[in-house]
Amino acid sequence: MTTKIVIGLDGTETGERAIAFAKEQAKLIGTCELLVVYVIEWSPYTFQTPEENALRHKRREEELDLATSRIVTPAVDALKAAGFKAQGIVRHGDVAETLNAITVEEGGSQIVVGRSSADGIKKRLFGSSTQNLVMHADVPVTVVN
Amino acid sequence: MRMLKQLGAATAAAITANPALAQEAPGLDEKINQTFANLTGPFVSFIFAPLPGTSFPWIVMWLVVAASVFTLYFAFVQMRFFSHAISLVKGDYSDPNDAGEVSHFQALATALSGTVGLGNIAGVAVAVGIGGPGATFWMILAGLLGMASKFTECTLGVKYRNEYEDGTVSGGPMYYMSKGFTELGLPGGKILAVLFSIFCILGALGGGNMFQANQAHQQIAGIVGDYPGWITGLVFAVVVFMVIVGGLKSIARVTEKVVPFMGVMYVLTALVIILMNADMIGWAFGQIFAGAFTGLGVAGGMVGALIQGFKRAAFSNEAGVGSAAIAHSAVRTKEPITEGFVSLLEPFIDTVVICTMTALVIIITQQMIIDPQTGNYMLNETGTAIATVDGNSGVSLTSAAFGSAFSWFPYILAIAVILFAFSTMISWSYYGLKAWTYLFGEGHTKELVFKVIFCIFVVIGAAANLGPVIDFSDAAIFAMAVVNVFALYFLMKVVRQELASYSERLKSGEIRKFSH
Repeated sequence: MTTKIVIGLDGTETGERAIAFAKEQAKLIGTCELLVVYVIEWSPYTFQTPEENALRHKRREEELDLATSRIVTPAVDALKAAGFKAQGIVRHGDVAETLNAITVEEGGSQIVVGRSSADGIKKRLFGSSTQNLVMHADVPVTVVN
Repeated sequence: MRMLKQLGAATAAAITANPALAQEAPGLDEKINQTFANLTGPFVSFIFAPLPGTSFPWIVMWLVVAASVFTLYFAFVQMRFFSHAISLVKGDYSDPNDAGEVSHFQALATALSGTVGLGNIAGVAVAVGIGGPGATFWMILAGLLGMASKFTECTLGVKYRNEYEDGTVSGGPMYYMSKGFTELGLPGGKILAVLFSIFCILGALGGGNMFQANQAHQQIAGIVGDYPGWITGLVFAVVVFMVIVGGLKSIARVTEKVVPFMGVMYVLTALVIILMNADMIGWAFGQIFAGAFTGLGVAGGMVGALIQGFKRAAFSNEAGVGSAAIAHSAVRTKEPITEGFVSLLEPFIDTVVICTMTALVIIITQQMIIDPQTGNYMLNETGTAIATVDGNSGVSLTSAAFGSAFSWFPYILAIAVILFAFSTMISWSYYGLKAWTYLFGEGHTKELVFKVIFCIFVVIGAAANLGPVIDFSDAAIFAMAVVNVFALYFLMKVVRQELASYSERLKSGEIRKFSH
């Protein structure tokens, strides 16, 4: 059976280190697939103007395109070029919850993420996405510094 | 939101009752007012005409009858699917793969911020002040019935909306009128759609704009002292311009966040006041029920209470007007009817919850004077309304009721009114724009023309005391309901088919909850 490692990217350089670590793991495991995931932070419970609602579908498509073309596809291509089996997923939602949900859906056995940098007050109040992920994930999580 | 009828009628009455006064100061404003009143008078009188032999405006009867018809036709859909509607809003049925689209919660919140406002604060005070506590009973009943109207129009709004290649959507009554009528092979859909759009533009500029600007100015002037209205108007116009033309989303976002917060705070404060007087809750409900059927001495007795209750509910939740159908149509759902279910929560929150809170606080804090001899309410000197402790009515009655428990609350209330006014303006600018583009086509320049006109009307609304204009624009909003309800009667069978199909699939388990 192929082992799946989920790599959570956030568009910063810590993602690169997460990928590097996952590659090491994959080499050690042998038959391994790498799943590159980017979650666009989004909540269904925000308040919007009617106009924002009308444009929402268009914006969503743009966000998905941008995240796929700028972040996920380059990472997947680089992994494939290096000889790894890899695929990419982009989805909207709460970062920690969605990363975990995708991992469970896809049958991933562990998650690798970079240490994220949430800003001051928000971090103090709600914790960072990484903290939330570590607390609530259904599989082992590795946080790369 | 609807208090303008009262305000406008009072101004109009003042002008007609005192022709000498009007002649004494024949300023340009007066001339414009007079000309406008003469031109639009017949239309306004027609819309607000009472049923023969009563003082009950036929337009209110039109809305209540429609709500009752839809309630029966859909076999009390507002009760059968109430908990399902809550599940939908919570996202239980949302496919995780659709994350990022407009959620049911967002559509509901957007539509609510367009309706929750002055109607809930001032309108209720007018209803209870004239019709007594019994008006609350009829208001709740009208709110419960109105849920079926919202359900019908919002389902159709989503079903017949236009989706463009660039991914944007446009929906609302004008689209279900033209597309729905064509689909059913009925003539005249296009004519109804054009009529609706014209009334919608007028309603947006008037009730959704000038009246709001006017009330916001009065609130600010009430705190900082009197100053020219055009200053408020200009500030509001600039902010509205920045949001709708400049695309400055940050302001809109702040408002959209603060408005629900204000709404929740309003309800919580009302709850605290009610709980502080827990021993009087039973008495207050006793008053509401007794008043609903006996009148408790109010002007017009039981019928007076009924008229006021029905009127304020219809004016506050806009069920049947068609505005909500525009707001809800942005949701990208595979099942148009789910948006109908969600929208039926709107009159519930607006009328059954928020309006009732206002009424209970006014009753419990005993703002209205009771004759100790008879136990009935005492009328004021003119006999037109119940005598209140400080002679307050409208916003000031609500303010005094809350202020009797928390002296700081009137300031919060003033800020809430200003913010509600602003969010209502943003919502109606969109409704008006959709009607405008339906008539003239989509396009940057065409849209800009409407947005600029909208901003100009903000200044006019805040600056002038335009009784007849406000009267006319309020009539335009209700004229929307005349056209909209007429179309709904023809299209309701489409909704029934959707409802039957959805219920079946829900029962069979084909439509299921997603695990989140």
